[in-house]
Amino acid sequence: MTLSDEIRESALIAWAALRANKLRSTLTTLGVVIGIITVTLMGTAINGINAAFRQSISSMGADVLFVGRFPWMAFDDWRTYRNRPEITLAQARELERLLTTAVAVAPQVDGNGTVLYNRRRASGVWINGNTEQSLSIRGLSIATGRWFTASDIVSARPVCVLGSYLAEGFFPHESPLGKRIRINDSNYEVIGVIEPLGSFLGTWNQDNQVVIPVTRFQADLQRRPDYSISVKARSAADLPEVVEEVRAVMRRIRKVPPGAPDDFAINQQDVFIQFFMAFGGAIGLVGLFITGLSLLVGGIGIMNIMFVSVTERTKEIGIRKALGAKKRTILIQFLIEAASLTLGAGLLAVAITWPATLAIDHYTSFAARMSWWIVAIALLVSILTGIVAGFIPALRAARMNPVDALRAD
Amino acid sequence: MALIQIRNLARRYVMGSDTVHALRGVSLDIEKGEYVAIMGPSGSGKSTLMNLLGCLDSPSAGSYDLNGKDVARMSDNDLAEIRNREIGFVFQSFNLLPRSDALHNVELPLIYSGMSRTDRRLRAREALVQVGLADRLHHRPNELSGGQRQRVAVARALVNHPSIVLADEPTGNLDSRTGQEILNLFEHLSSQGNTIIVVTHEEDVAQHSHRILRIRDGLIAADESTGRRSSSVTVPSPHPPVLPPQGP
Ligand SMILES: Nc1ncnc2c1ncn2[C@@H]1O[C@H](COP(=O)(O)OP(=O)(O)OP(=O)(O)O)[C@@H](O)[C@H]1O
Ligand SMILES: [Mg+2]
Repeated sequence: MTLSDEIRESALIAWAALRANKLRSTLTTLGVVIGIITVTLMGTAINGINAAFRQSISSMGADVLFVGRFPWMAFDDWRTYRNRPEITLAQARELERLLTTAVAVAPQVDGNGTVLYNRRRASGVWINGNTEQSLSIRGLSIATGRWFTASDIVSARPVCVLGSYLAEGFFPHESPLGKRIRINDSNYEVIGVIEPLGSFLGTWNQDNQVVIPVTRFQADLQRRPDYSISVKARSAADLPEVVEEVRAVMRRIRKVPPGAPDDFAINQQDVFIQFFMAFGGAIGLVGLFITGLSLLVGGIGIMNIMFVSVTERTKEIGIRKALGAKKRTILIQFLIEAASLTLGAGLLAVAITWPATLAIDHYTSFAARMSWWIVAIALLVSILTGIVAGFIPALRAARMNPVDALRAD
Repeated sequence: MALIQIRNLARRYVMGSDTVHALRGVSLDIEKGEYVAIMGPSGSGKSTLMNLLGCLDSPSAGSYDLNGKDVARMSDNDLAEIRNREIGFVFQSFNLLPRSDALHNVELPLIYSGMSRTDRRLRAREALVQVGLADRLHHRPNELSGGQRQRVAVARALVNHPSIVLADEPTGNLDSRTGQEILNLFEHLSSQGNTIIVVTHEEDVAQHSHRILRIRDGLIAADESTGRRSSSVTVPSPHPPVLPPQGP
């Protein structure tokens, strides 16, 4: 009897046995179903986070670094940073003038504010103070209208560029270009709209923003803004060199005495990457733990039901052995029965999570992605669970002495 | 050397503090092509002996050589193969798979001998036709009468064309006509050189055989020839019997 014959015959026997005990089979697989649902959801979540992360990170630009008062991820005491002087517009201009390795330099500042137009009102809008160079540094594109010119910035003209979400909200039926809106207490003329950006890691809506000249921010929104300076390198590979120059120049501009630590921070997107790697790893660990636990519980259930199945069918095993079934044949028969049970559980779990994933993707801002490899892993894990859990019961069946087994009823 | 050669074969069942001596030291030679009937009162050890001869059970003491090979030294796989290819066993209690139909029950030995699906279907159907169950192929055991079940069991025992047929009361549930058909089948197989061993309570069934072994209390009480076949009777002896070779 060849192995493939044996597997086919065993699958038929297993199918008949499972069908004869539908309810019992379904109930015992519940633990495995939960385990596999966890596997798939976890895979889907990590997948989705990765996709969102890649998208969000790329919007920050891999070749840009950000000079600010504070590091993005600080693990030291807050007091070491608290007394640092603000970065001023003048310092930004000076840096721009002195840097030789950068292709673009732009000061920027942001905050929250309220936007009014025609009795409509949006509060909690993300307000950005940018320069003419920020468009390329931030990797934005213009949908309609134009971006700032150098003279808009120098003369601090009251003009603004809207995020797509605001543009649609305020001007559903008309062009926003040339309209006058109110940001906090000052009037601005809309000169452009940014292409939609989506949400950053599924959290905040980047299209709910309005951009104004950085030179107006101080006048209209905040008296002493804390600027940060974006510096764009020719390529990501040039970043280390640019970092060194920025550090040297900034120390000179801010008159940091030799030997004293920097009173500013140079941030790069790689801290985000590290953070999210750790975040994804943590999700993975938690998921692995939950999965392992439910598969263990589910596996014990399967083992138990397989012991019952073997005991109930002792006579059948005796008959098969009396007619020439070998140990291996009986072993395979029961392993396949256990694996079919858990494979069924895996399929059920996938059938539950697939539509759930689609719904999450559709109704929330979280990008849930179910891919074929998650399905493959889920099914593989379910089959393995069955084989591991069914092994001892199957071995017991295979080792039965034919005449003793035949005597059972 | 005899096809079946057993010496001082004993089988004890230990039940708590009691020991049941089902067989107490049986010595016996059966030649290839012999047709043997085993008779004896209930509980005398007939089924126990059949299980040992059929390689389903192992003795507590004594030896069993089948075809010149010591059964005690064979591996589980060898024994499974012998049960599958050499021996056709008709159980006293039929031992059919309750959830499978007659056809599938008869197919089982062929599945384990690795025959292709279409071939074994054909063979199993043939075997069932031979025992008069052509119109009951897809009945499950509980949809068959006792006699029909018995015939399924006979068909299953014969389907792999075994050289040794061990039948434990194969006609117990049959009317005299169907019983006679089964006996004719055995007689035919015997005439083709197969070895047949039948347990029976009925003297006229035993009279179809060449040789009757009478068992009492786990021992062979008598070993007599029926005269239907010339001198195939052997007396157990420590030496291989001196006999003319048995042809078909
Ligand atoms: N598994 C067992 N455990 C304990 N005792 C057993 C077992 N099997 C058989 N016996 C005992 O061994 C003796 C012989 O049993 P066996 O089945 O061989 O009898 P038998 O000759 O086939 O009887 P019958 O004609 O009723 O079928 C009986 O006394 C029986 O009680
Ligand atoms: Mg008996």
